[in-house]
Amino acid sequence: MSAKANHSSHKLSEKSFLESSGSALKNPKLRSNFKRAMNGLMEKRRDIFPDASELEETRARAGGIRRKTLAHLPELLEKLEANCESNGIRVHWAETTEQANQIVLDLARSANVQLAVKGKSMVSEEMHLNAFLEKHGIEAIESDLGEYIIQVVNELPSHIIMPAIHKNLDEISDLFHEKVDPNRPSESAEEMTATARLILRQKFHDADMGISGVNFAVADTGTLCLVENEGNGRFSTTLPKIHVAVMGIEKVVESLQDLPPLLKMLTRSATGQPITTYFNMISGPRREGELDGPEEVHLVLLDHGRSKIYEDELLRETLLCIRCGACMNHCPVYTRIGGHAYNAVYPGPIGKIFTPQIEGIERVGYLANASSLCGACVEVCPVKIPITDILLRLRRNHVRKKNDRHWTDLNGGKSLMELMTWKGWKQVLSQPNLYRTQASLLSRIGNLLPAQIPVLREWARSRSLPRFSKKPLHRLVEEAGIDHE
Amino acid sequence: MKPSCSFPEKPEAVYYFGTCLADLLYADAGMAGIRLLQREGVRVIYPRGQSCCGQPAFNSGFQDEAREVAAQQIVQFPKNLPIVIPSGSCGAMMTRHYEELFEGHPLQEKAQSFSARIFELSEFLVNVLNVKLEDRGDPVKVTWHSSCHAKREYGLGDEAKQLLCQLKNVELVELERENECCGFGGTFSVKFSEISGVMAQDKSADVMQTGADLLLSTDCGCLMNINGALEKQKSQVQSQHFASFIWNRTYVG
Repeated sequence: MSAKANHSSHKLSEKSFLESSGSALKNPKLRSNFKRAMNGLMEKRRDIFPDASELEETRARAGGIRRKTLAHLPELLEKLEANCESNGIRVHWAETTEQANQIVLDLARSANVQLAVKGKSMVSEEMHLNAFLEKHGIEAIESDLGEYIIQVVNELPSHIIMPAIHKNLDEISDLFHEKVDPNRPSESAEEMTATARLILRQKFHDADMGISGVNFAVADTGTLCLVENEGNGRFSTTLPKIHVAVMGIEKVVESLQDLPPLLKMLTRSATGQPITTYFNMISGPRREGELDGPEEVHLVLLDHGRSKIYEDELLRETLLCIRCGACMNHCPVYTRIGGHAYNAVYPGPIGKIFTPQIEGIERVGYLANASSLCGACVEVCPVKIPITDILLRLRRNHVRKKNDRHWTDLNGGKSLMELMTWKGWKQVLSQPNLYRTQASLLSRIGNLLPAQIPVLREWARSRSLPRFSKKPLHRLVEEAGIDHE
Repeated sequence: MKPSCSFPEKPEAVYYFGTCLADLLYADAGMAGIRLLQREGVRVIYPRGQSCCGQPAFNSGFQDEAREVAAQQIVQFPKNLPIVIPSGSCGAMMTRHYEELFEGHPLQEKAQSFSARIFELSEFLVNVLNVKLEDRGDPVKVTWHSSCHAKREYGLGDEAKQLLCQLKNVELVELERENECCGFGGTFSVKFSEISGVMAQDKSADVMQTGADLLLSTDCGCLMNINGALEKQKSQVQSQHFASFIWNRTYVG
């Protein structure tokens, strides 16, 4: 596998985001693929929630369950560990993605695993697990159809639940013909699915390890829940002799009763489905007398910056996420630039708040600025994450971080310019007389400002410049004799 | 939309917060808002020391700078009178974020009182003043852009559209994706100008698609953005703040 799919994090910079989003905007095929797919998903979600007040109630309930869980996260994780262990699920803790990868590798090596099949897992993407295993001589095959498609062409997921959504049917058909099996028909979705099924069945059979994610882990019962539509998750977690589940520490819930509202919101918000096709509840390895199931089940609990996020009351809400992807489906930025442009594992609004927090605000703070703060994501989030409030907080933290350093060192002086701009802005707007003088000046000469001034130039790329009023409002008010106190 | 109990009885006088964008770029809209209030027999007070709600700096992460400018506004509006504002976006800043901004600040109490007295112009005209409009203008086809901040942050309802519906010669054509952002987002429009520009162009294409003569909205930021994109594409569609539009059509000379 090439470096392209191995590590995206080295490309996390404002410059590369501007470049990749710019080229995505100039790619009409990509834009139409996303527009069509996202319009479809928005419509499906709208149709499955016909009653606005019921939707609000369910969102509040689902959000309430997640908030209650987070409030007791440390205790619940301990409970989960104890109950998993008593079910025969071995629990491993990893503070970093490196540690998590090493745990999976050690497990694979101890059982002499050559081939692992994977169910879809965003945490494993966070770990860049496929590339890591590959580097150590272990083949990891994605078995979710979308993930399989992008693995074949060595790309990264462009959406957290629909990883190949950036491609249309014709493109996928071409790549099946070219890279998967030139001898089998690959015109229709059914034909391609049949081909993939044939190949993957053999892989399920041959693999010694199955790797999956976890949608919810129930602390009371030590149960790992997996939501999927293709049955590949069930194969991955039952056929190979070892099952390794990787999970972010925030995915725990307290009891089985917590599941129905969350499941309801997850599938409906994600794809507009009333129910998922496969819902797997894994409560341990094969027991004596059972016909199937793995001999060993392992759970890797990954922190990767989550404990740090947990410390702050507002930022903690980032961890409410159940990974439905509705925020990206409804985001006017994501639907235009697509998932790859972010160069991050998690794209779209959730990525804009999560990535800077796990990768470092100083380095990735710009992502929090790449939003018009329109709030479409907040409106559809099934657990009511205050994404725009978190974006604002991250912007503030980013500025503070810069204050701790020398502004001149940052961003080629651009940051210093921004600082000076806001200092100047404050000077003028907090002094009425100075403001009024400046406003009058602008009304006289503002329309003569050349479009070459850097800020205006950016604006004028796709818009004419705004026109200043001949007289500012406060002058009109005075002339009209409007009371001033 | 706010519950009706959150609106006061008709007051004798109101404060008016013009906003910096209206002051500099949409002075006629600011003035039209004042005239609409005065016509209902309300005395309008325009404190002269006002400038900006602080949102541009606040949204850019410059909280201290935003607070200093916001503090300057709060002291300009001391009496217990409603503060009417022709922008849902600035309204959202003042109602949603001042509490946090002034937590533990000497102005905290005043800031709370200030926030509680903020009303967006259209909701004030409809819910407090129960305005009845008589259309004197020629037949015209208009379309409506719903400002994201007004709708989602401030919680503004469809009062402005209700006012338009009172105008008998005005045909309102719904915009496809009416609730989708126009791409303005303050400094987002220059920091990420390509993304913002495409959003503005898409919005202006939707506007042109309606066949309307005029685009209306409650917020000057959105208008400045969409109008800029319309002009860049040499569109004939004009744009206007709803207050100017309503005043111009109902004004008896």
